[in-house]
Amino acid sequence: MSLENTENSMNNTELVKQSLKKRYIKERVFKLMGLFSIATAILFLLILLVDIASKAMPAFSQTKITLPINLDAEKLGLDVSSSKQDMMGADFRTVIRAALLKQFPEVTKRKEKRALYSLTSMGAEFQLRDMVIENPDLLGQSIEVDFMADDDVDAVIKGSIDRNLPESDRRVKDQKLSWIETLEQSGQISTGFNWHFFSSGDSREPEMAGIKGAIIGSLYTLLVTLALSFPVAVAAAIYLEEFAPKNRFIDFIEININNLAAVPSIVFGLLGLAVFINFFSMPRSAPVVGGIVLSLMTLPTIIIASRSAIKAVPPSLREAALGLGASKMQSVFHHVLPAALPGILTGTIIGMAQALGETAPLLMIGMVAFIVDIPQSVVDPSTVLPIQVYLWADSPERGFLAKTSAAIMVLLFFLVAMNAIAIYLRKKFEKKW
Amino acid sequence: MTISALIFLLLLFAAFSYFMARQKITTAYRQNKQPSKIMTLPKYFGYVAALCSLLPSLLVLFVLQGVEEPYINSEISSFIGSQNIAASDDLDLYLNEIKSADTPEKIAALSEEKQAVYQRYHEIETTTQRTITAIVLSLAILLVIWGLRKINTETPARKVFEKIIEGILLLAASIAIMTTVGIVFSVLFESTRFFGEVPIMSFMFGTEWSPQTAIRADQVGSSAAFGAVPLFVGTMLISFIALLVSVPLGLMSAVYLSEYASSTVRAVAKPVLEILAGIPTVVYGFFAALTVAPFIRGLGESMGLSVASESALAAGLVMGIMIIPFVSSLSDDVLSAVPQSLREGSLGLGATRSETIVKVLIPAALPGIVGGVLLAASRAIGETMIVVMAAGLAANLTVNPLEAVTTVTVQIVTLLTGDQEFDSAKTLAAFALGLMLFITTLILNVIALHVVRKYREQYE
Repeated sequence: MSLENTENSMNNTELVKQSLKKRYIKERVFKLMGLFSIATAILFLLILLVDIASKAMPAFSQTKITLPINLDAEKLGLDVSSSKQDMMGADFRTVIRAALLKQFPEVTKRKEKRALYSLTSMGAEFQLRDMVIENPDLLGQSIEVDFMADDDVDAVIKGSIDRNLPESDRRVKDQKLSWIETLEQSGQISTGFNWHFFSSGDSREPEMAGIKGAIIGSLYTLLVTLALSFPVAVAAAIYLEEFAPKNRFIDFIEININNLAAVPSIVFGLLGLAVFINFFSMPRSAPVVGGIVLSLMTLPTIIIASRSAIKAVPPSLREAALGLGASKMQSVFHHVLPAALPGILTGTIIGMAQALGETAPLLMIGMVAFIVDIPQSVVDPSTVLPIQVYLWADSPERGFLAKTSAAIMVLLFFLVAMNAIAIYLRKKFEKKW
Repeated sequence: MTISALIFLLLLFAAFSYFMARQKITTAYRQNKQPSKIMTLPKYFGYVAALCSLLPSLLVLFVLQGVEEPYINSEISSFIGSQNIAASDDLDLYLNEIKSADTPEKIAALSEEKQAVYQRYHEIETTTQRTITAIVLSLAILLVIWGLRKINTETPARKVFEKIIEGILLLAASIAIMTTVGIVFSVLFESTRFFGEVPIMSFMFGTEWSPQTAIRADQVGSSAAFGAVPLFVGTMLISFIALLVSVPLGLMSAVYLSEYASSTVRAVAKPVLEILAGIPTVVYGFFAALTVAPFIRGLGESMGLSVASESALAAGLVMGIMIIPFVSSLSDDVLSAVPQSLREGSLGLGATRSETIVKVLIPAALPGIVGGVLLAASRAIGETMIVVMAAGLAANLTVNPLEAVTTVTVQIVTLLTGDQEFDSAKTLAAFALGLMLFITTLILNVIALHVVRKYREQYE
């Protein structure tokens, strides 16, 4: 018997030893699979960021064409004393066209002329007009002005239109290309940082489209969201953590909060459309409605974060306050809340970052309109950064591809900044109890 | 008087009330012969006096503001009726035109008949606003006087004040309920109107979706078809692809991070996952439409497959990547909730780490993981921007991931953006789709939250 047993156990040991190699291989494969998963996620993030950053680069510089302009006061029908309204109506386009024709006197045919005039942006005349309005003394002088180039010229200079392609495949034809090259050789073409992108509103022309309107719209929307959701969420969190009795109603509130955190954002948009716009007839496309909808959406996030911050405050703090004669309310507002505030603020900033990137509910309440003016208040029609991205991504003009990517970069910059502030706050005020 | 001015005045009254009450109590305390009897700080009497006038008058103000517009509208309509003015068919439109005349030029541009209505409207509006202002202000003043007379050292000021604050806190907590109720009512109300026009059965089980109604009756497609089955199938197809990507990758990432990774790897990988989770969906949509979709199309064509430029595969893949951090953090939570003793027991019996994970940890954590997957599925179904930008608009009934499909969320967005009247079946259909979306995600969420909670309790 005992002999047999030993033999058996010998066999078992042998068996285990034999299978070990296979098991170790399996172990290694399993570990590699885990590593592969993480690596996929990291790789994807890198590809996404590099792809968007490389597409965005052209949008941050702008090609300019320097033209000698003769601001003939008589031709414009203006003089130094002309009113602003007269200047707004004056025909600056002819002046620019004359300057272009002077550069290329050989152009005579109508069709060619039109091609020539499209070297500068459609906005060039407004640029000149604004210069004159600002400084009427320029009238009658000959000056050199840097005009914004059309997006096709811009694309050629930046190399996104290949000059070596055969003419039939190229957006910019040979003749135009030769003009551009002539201008280049005479040093009249320059590129600089695209300030215009950050200082103007949306436009149908890619080279004139800017992001300021969307940034201001986002700012107003976020302000409304913050003003509404922060106090309400903190109050709700305090109630649920400190005062709520244990009963059905409170359970129901908690289920609702957890569920709202997982409701698709577009459903909040439907709520905003049906309740705030149709029922309360609030203005469409306005940051105030967007802010209300987003605050309902971010409420669960901030409540959950605030609750865990309040929960993390040690009971001894409360007990000490109560022991010294403070009422429950005083112990909460004078001691617990200040101690939990850094955690609450971190949660709020993260909630705000979420709201900043949200698109779908705002589409529902009409913030998707094409708006050139920069909003002046929370009831003006406006758009927000993510929707600007969506709108530009939909545009067929190729110049908008870079603009879209650049808008994404701006959006990501704000998100990173907000998250960095949240992390800094957490690190700085984090207390180990 | 404008609302903001009125509110400012009410606040002013409240401040006055506060200082007077505090002053009154401070004086009373000074004359008190028994300082030990003093229980409450004077400021609480001030707070109570201030809130006593502020809260009721604000409430009355908002109620009156709410009924003001319907009242004016009904008055104007009866005026129009009494004057025998032939208002156009749409009374709302007619009233809007009159109300929007806020500059002298615009008023001058109105027809004579409308100017009469405008005059009347202006009169009614002015009287109503004066009445509201008078009611609210007199109420506030009365309450200030009453409160200041009533308050004395015997008032349990702190307790009353704290009860009011607690009520306000409870109100804030109940907003979650109100939001849910608002969502349910808004989608349910519009949906019932939709189902009055389109039978619910043909919506739920119809296989043809073409919401565009032609303008003339004799054109092709004169009657719209609202069969939502292609949308449901498309949604499920894209969500399935997304889960196929995100569940294995997310789960394995969580396993690797919690069981294998060194602290340096963790320090790099965790923030990366957080960044992935924080990127706005519109960015993923742009990436899916402009980079991934053409790439997949090129890849398919090089293998001799025909791939639609808005294939379900591209949208699903990118959505899957987007959900990875979500699955991973949920799985991380449930895996770390498994008691250490189970791990040690398995390792002590000679199992390798992977055997411990596959045969002990994952079965033990399975309910939690399933809950996480359900939450991820609800996310994928409700995700909007990626599919709006990268999936198609054509409602093809297919399960081929290389073809273009459309989803519920895409249709909601296309039906509701752009110009159209609000009452058409087309816009109401969006709310019916929203109702379906809400119900589906609600069921998934409730099951998932329940499963996760039960699972946590098991090991606590």
